[in-house]
Amino acid sequence: MGEMEELRKEADNLKDQITEARKVVQDTTLQEAVAGTTLVGRVQLKTRKTLRGHLAKIYAMHWGTDTNCSKLCVSASQDGKLIVWDTLTTNKVSAIPLKSSWVMTCAYAPSGNMVACGGLDNMCSIYNLKGKDGNVKVMRELAAHTGYLSCCRFLSDSEIITSSGDCTCVLWDIETGTEKTIFAGHLGDCMSLAVSPDFKMFISGACDFTAKLWDIREASCRQTFSGHESDINAIGFFPNGNAVITGSDDATCKLYDLRADQELITYQDSGIMCGVTSLAPSLSGRLLLAGYDDFNVNIWDMLKAERVGVLAGHDNRVSCIGVSSDGMACCTGSWDSFLKIWN
Amino acid sequence: MPGVINMDELTDVDKAKMERDQKKIEVKLERWMTSKCCTEFMEAVQAGVEEDTLVKGIAEDKNPFKELKGGCVVC
Repeated sequence: MGEMEELRKEADNLKDQITEARKVVQDTTLQEAVAGTTLVGRVQLKTRKTLRGHLAKIYAMHWGTDTNCSKLCVSASQDGKLIVWDTLTTNKVSAIPLKSSWVMTCAYAPSGNMVACGGLDNMCSIYNLKGKDGNVKVMRELAAHTGYLSCCRFLSDSEIITSSGDCTCVLWDIETGTEKTIFAGHLGDCMSLAVSPDFKMFISGACDFTAKLWDIREASCRQTFSGHESDINAIGFFPNGNAVITGSDDATCKLYDLRADQELITYQDSGIMCGVTSLAPSLSGRLLLAGYDDFNVNIWDMLKAERVGVLAGHDNRVSCIGVSSDGMACCTGSWDSFLKIWN
Repeated sequence: MPGVINMDELTDVDKAKMERDQKKIEVKLERWMTSKCCTEFMEAVQAGVEEDTLVKGIAEDKNPFKELKGGCVVC
């Protein structure tokens, strides 16, 4: 038997063992476990603010988390701008022109001191919002990926994690502008990443239909979650960090428990046939807000896996969604060039 | 700095080895019973739901995003 065949056979054997081990611990399903709970009441959110200013499709948005900026958010558009918004007043705190307009992601540092973005330039550019003369300038350009930058998330002012179309994720030292760790293992473009609440792990979703849990300091992949039948475009942690939520081109979202190492439930409806572009859980995790290609956001009861609301208000695809860190509002960004704040 | 991994440069055999080695790690994982996970999941949700604005709603006068009264908005 050739080396390839042997390796494949070994891997398949191990995969079968993993499938068995997962079955052994499956003594109930979430559906059975929640049978006695009541469906959450119908959720009807209203648009409270519309953020107008971008001139082209919005691809990404991210809320600030620090108490000084919990009502600030940053958005990225293919009009070549990053805009930092005060969502209470709808004022633009900063409008940052980008070298490359082909931006696909943006992030707000937990401290509120920096924002980052990247896209088809294969780079992650870091901007200092608190420069001495008040001007926002590029601080670092992190270049090493050989594919587009799909997502980035700060761990702190000195470290950021990126995911790329080159199938890898990278942990960067912002100060030196170099790669500290390369996380390889996905067999398809990495589309999205999310950092655990304790900043020790991160998860990535990819075009190989899997999600991977990575240990940042050990530089290793701990777990791989399968089940989706197409690309995973969006990923997030359940608020307590013990579960992962994924959204896919297969029109479903899935909840995977990290300790059981398996899917607990799928959020799907025969009436929904288009891909999931973005997702965010509400503060308690009771609700899952997911953006779809059909211009809507569906709101799911995460326990009962039933739709309990819809956010309809955009005139094009909802490309990004986020819930503020205090859970008071959700923000949607769309290809129609607007961001909306709902609660 | 760790070696730059360019996925394009990995051979099929390299990728198959990575996959096999990764599964060797994953097979050893200690897994919890799903009943325990489901119970904890439900408890975590119930614990936070009263403070969850998007679930519970918010009174107009307490909503920081309410309409700003007075003045005019120039778009």
